[in-house]
Amino acid sequence: MPIKTEPFYLNVGPQHPSTHGVFRLRLELDGEVVTDVEPIIGYLHRGIEKLAESRTYTQVIPLTDRLDYLASMTDNVAYCMAVEKLAGIKVPERAEYIRVIFSELMRISSHMMAVGFYLNDCGAFFTPVLYMWREREKIIDLFDMVCGQRLLYNYMRVGGVSQDPPGEFWPALKKFLAEMPRYIGEYNQLIKQNEIFLARSKGVGVLPRDTAINIGASGPVLRASGVKWDIRKMDPYSIYDRFDFEVPTGEAGDCYDRYWVRILEMTQSLRIIEQAISQMPAGGPVCADVPQFFRPPPGETYGYIEAPKGNLGFYIVSDGSIAPYRLHIYPPTLINITALKDMMVGWKVADLIVIFGSMDVVLGEIDR
Amino acid sequence: MELIRPEVFTPQEADLAEGKLINSFVENYTSPYPDPDKWLEGEIRRNIMLLPVNMAVAWARQRSIFPLIFGTACCAFEMIAASGPRFDLSRFGMDIIRFSPRQADLMLITGTITWKMATAARMIYDQMPEPKWVIAVGACAISGGTFRESYSVVPGVNSIMPVDVYVPGCPPRPEAMIHGINRLQAKIVKGTIDNPNLALK
Amino acid sequence: MTIAVNTEETGKKIAEAIPGSVISSDKGSLTVDSKALAQVSGFLKDTPGLEFDYLTVLTAVDYLDYFEVVYRLVSLKHNQSLIMKTRVYGRDNPAVPSVTGTWRAAYYQEREIFDLLGIKFDGHPDMRRLLLWEGFAGHPLRRDYL
Repeated sequence: MPIKTEPFYLNVGPQHPSTHGVFRLRLELDGEVVTDVEPIIGYLHRGIEKLAESRTYTQVIPLTDRLDYLASMTDNVAYCMAVEKLAGIKVPERAEYIRVIFSELMRISSHMMAVGFYLNDCGAFFTPVLYMWREREKIIDLFDMVCGQRLLYNYMRVGGVSQDPPGEFWPALKKFLAEMPRYIGEYNQLIKQNEIFLARSKGVGVLPRDTAINIGASGPVLRASGVKWDIRKMDPYSIYDRFDFEVPTGEAGDCYDRYWVRILEMTQSLRIIEQAISQMPAGGPVCADVPQFFRPPPGETYGYIEAPKGNLGFYIVSDGSIAPYRLHIYPPTLINITALKDMMVGWKVADLIVIFGSMDVVLGEIDR
Repeated sequence: MELIRPEVFTPQEADLAEGKLINSFVENYTSPYPDPDKWLEGEIRRNIMLLPVNMAVAWARQRSIFPLIFGTACCAFEMIAASGPRFDLSRFGMDIIRFSPRQADLMLITGTITWKMATAARMIYDQMPEPKWVIAVGACAISGGTFRESYSVVPGVNSIMPVDVYVPGCPPRPEAMIHGINRLQAKIVKGTIDNPNLALK
Repeated sequence: MTIAVNTEETGKKIAEAIPGSVISSDKGSLTVDSKALAQVSGFLKDTPGLEFDYLTVLTAVDYLDYFEVVYRLVSLKHNQSLIMKTRVYGRDNPAVPSVTGTWRAAYYQEREIFDLLGIKFDGHPDMRRLLLWEGFAGHPLRRDYL
């Protein structure tokens, strides 16, 4: 005798411990199995694009910090690169190397947070987060030495960086680089072969290759689906063509691949930092001479980098005055979650959290 | 068997014996007995504390706060760092940081609140049982911060709910957050059972 | 290195296939008539030699006489990029055909442009506000808001 069923609507609300910020999902469930998913965003929309129209180009830099607040060095770098492209400013050599070192340190820190909170969603409540937090505190101490802030650095300027790192920075950085591979080995030993973790991640939330390209995904999400597209290799910006590193890709496009691609990228970042330290010029200016209220020529440009979460870009239109006419921010994580419905339908509610955790979103960037 | 005969006193001898007893009382019981609580000197006095019930309850409340992190943006990560092993928050009794309002008595608003989120924030504040306190952490929660002129940001969380302690910074260092929590504890200790939240007076 | 294609040649190719669609192709970007947008996007995606299968940025700018919608397309196979633009005149109910059928990357970006600038995209499966709440008066990113 058939049982009469009807769909059940559940709201995974904006305040929830597993949603990495204020993100809301409206679910339609058939029992425990998900049949329809609708993400609802906008709970952190602060109007950064509109605020940028009434600030000078240098005053916009602290606003860009607050986009992806776990990787604010790379946000600054992307914006400064876009403005330099617009105005034709050349960045000194030493500043380029410093920017590369800090971007790669930021990538390591952001991926550690991503993996840690992904495991938090899988069920290991807070132990992996605190293991990785131990190393992140070391990275944050390095940043604290340089610019005085722990989370939102505001360190990059149009034309370079704001100040040269002090003398005690370089030995501390070398000590960090010497110890870090052992810690990554420790994480792999603890996590990679764990039965529960494998059962919850392998084969879960598959994003096929063609869908990933069609939705415009970027970053580790795209590379885990088998597309070898990394802007640092395909379209090198700044001085990335001088370094020798690999681009890890996955095959299946499931949650496990996204996690493993991030771990491999951390080891590649360590390689880049070592090469940068050895190639760096010993002295020289760290910022080009740019006036306080500088006016770039009228025009438009699109400047983009490979941020830890994907392809972060800034589209700036200038009309020759001291403030941008229009600033548009291209957020990688908003585009990555376009395919949430394809990935989540057919799985159970518990898998939803795991799939969303593997996408590594930061709501500051989605909502701007 | 020998018969034990009571000694019989003549009435004069009985009076004399009784008079001798009374004289001995008059001579010996000269100074009064000490009051009973002076008997609790020493060991016993050190193990017993006498205080009003209000003070005992307030002391227990301040040392066992259950916080609820309403973490929207960047300040939430500094709060998580404050509860990590380096800046340890469980020294102050706030070990259990859960996300459910029904078991919490402190709401930590960390991060920007927009008008779209304000309904959720107010709903969660109403779901918390009394007594409850609110700490506004970070510039965005205190006054809107960098985003104050924006069209969608609430200019300070105290437009929506009463706030007890403000912790400034963008984001404040974890030590600053712990200092804010200590100030809240100093405030709780002054409250009474029937009016724990002096801010609402 | 992702090279920007020569917009004049590409403009000629498109004008041969779909006459009357290309308005101008100098200054590093290709300006297309908004009525022919669906055909041009199909052409750009399927033609061998072009094969622009990856849409990155979709944004719009408010120049006070007109709105300009900007698309940046990348071809992963040939490692080349192209910027395409269309213009919409008039400030009450501007409308542009949607490219969500060709590139799903446009799904959220078109909703956001509708939310903040007020340009409707015909053919979008779910044209609603994205970042602001239903009932918000006006479109904040327009130059005449506040």
